[in-house]
Amino acid sequence: MQITTNLFQYEFMIRAFWAGIIVAIIAPLIGSFLVVRRLSLIADALSHVALTGVALGLLLGINPLITTILTTVVTAFIIEEIRSNRQVSGESILAMILPGGLALALILISIANGFNTNLFTYLFGSITTVTNQDIWIIFVLAAFIISILLLFYRQFMYTSFDEESARTSGIPVRLINHLFMVLIALTVSVVMKVVGALLIGALMVIPVISAMQIMRGFKASMFVAIIIALLSVLVGLIASYYANLPAGATIVMVSILSFIVASFLKKNN
Amino acid sequence: MNIPPVISLKNIVFGYRSGNVLDGLNMDVLKGDFVGLVGHNGTGKSTLLKIILGVLTPQNGTVKLFGTPIKKFKDWDKIGYIPQKAGLSVSHVPITVDEVMRMEKASDYEVDEALSSVDMLSYKHQLLRELSGGQQQRVFIARALVKNPELLILDEPTVGVDVKTQEKFYELMQKLNHDFHLTLLLVSHDLHTISHQVHCVMQLDKKTIPYETNTCNIIHTHHKNADHN
Repeated sequence: MQITTNLFQYEFMIRAFWAGIIVAIIAPLIGSFLVVRRLSLIADALSHVALTGVALGLLLGINPLITTILTTVVTAFIIEEIRSNRQVSGESILAMILPGGLALALILISIANGFNTNLFTYLFGSITTVTNQDIWIIFVLAAFIISILLLFYRQFMYTSFDEESARTSGIPVRLINHLFMVLIALTVSVVMKVVGALLIGALMVIPVISAMQIMRGFKASMFVAIIIALLSVLVGLIASYYANLPAGATIVMVSILSFIVASFLKKNN
Repeated sequence: MNIPPVISLKNIVFGYRSGNVLDGLNMDVLKGDFVGLVGHNGTGKSTLLKIILGVLTPQNGTVKLFGTPIKKFKDWDKIGYIPQKAGLSVSHVPITVDEVMRMEKASDYEVDEALSSVDMLSYKHQLLRELSGGQQQRVFIARALVKNPELLILDEPTVGVDVKTQEKFYELMQKLNHDFHLTLLLVSHDLHTISHQVHCVMQLDKKTIPYETNTCNIIHTHHKNADHN
């Protein structure tokens, strides 16, 4: 009890918890569909592109979240176009986008004449520097993402599991795939502030694959993945606060621990 | 009043860079037909299937489903499609049979009814990946049946299944065709097996070979691949 009292006397920690809770809900929701589509690495690829967005924002003096959303959404559309036309395999596209995003970010930084310390917080996350305005932006984007997911859950599910049959069931597959790409891009933009560009994929995917080890059913796995992500964020934040560790990295390490525990439970079941 | 063909293909031409795969293909599948579409690899089976399903647009020719040009066709509930090895791509995900069924808009009653019709109701809460290949296939057939379709298209349904499962599968097809009056289009590379089950066969690597009881209206005027055989 004493521990939590100490922790919550700081405004920045309260904001960090709010941001973490919101992110822990949306990251596995989107991540579940990514795992089904075998597109787990797309979050990592987009996070590197998101860095380009941040660099662009810093260079132009615009709120980096806006430029991040724009660049990730546009890139997500390009990835989907190439993927659906089967010009290049999904894996190869990601292998190209990932370093490409980082390279472009570095070039933009170079044009800006040097490394901006702000960018460092986007690389590794800076949940404790989340502002009230950030909280509101994250909340609105999360509400949008969850609403779209609830509204089109069946369509997302059908398209993710079985694109061909979904098409013959009258689902506008192309539209749904593009909409899903927008959701991934928005989620990446939001999650980046909490765990950083380099660790986004971890929070979107690890809780999901942990839950899938032990749960029966896709929906059940999704709910348990959210619980694992919430636990990872809360335990990670508390541990990082008291052990003076980087918050994003600690959150990711706790989620990896959850995967080890889930694998152990599965093996012994 | 004449009932339009369920599937009507007229003078279909489709080619890739390497040349035409389909060259002037004509085919009418009428209501109640049980048609086998057969051909070796590269003869255009998958291409033709994609054209029928509206995924690919032919360079020439017209495609009509239930009398409506494919571009204007919206009544997809009339068509049930079971892709080849549908379950394999999601073997890494713990999805239940019930969740597979819920991908279609369906009530509890409709889901139970469809699963019963393929003898899979008792597996409703089982994980898909825990079922055998034949059982998974029945689940996907049940999912297609939930829509109450008039046409069922199955892509290579008996690949990799044992003889007993194959027999049970064709029993189910006969039941759906005879008792439920479903029009069936079955795509296969195995002429020998399929020819004993369907009303007629359309062989893509030869000219028209109406097989067994010729009750289908398949006209296969010319096919480039036929020249090679």
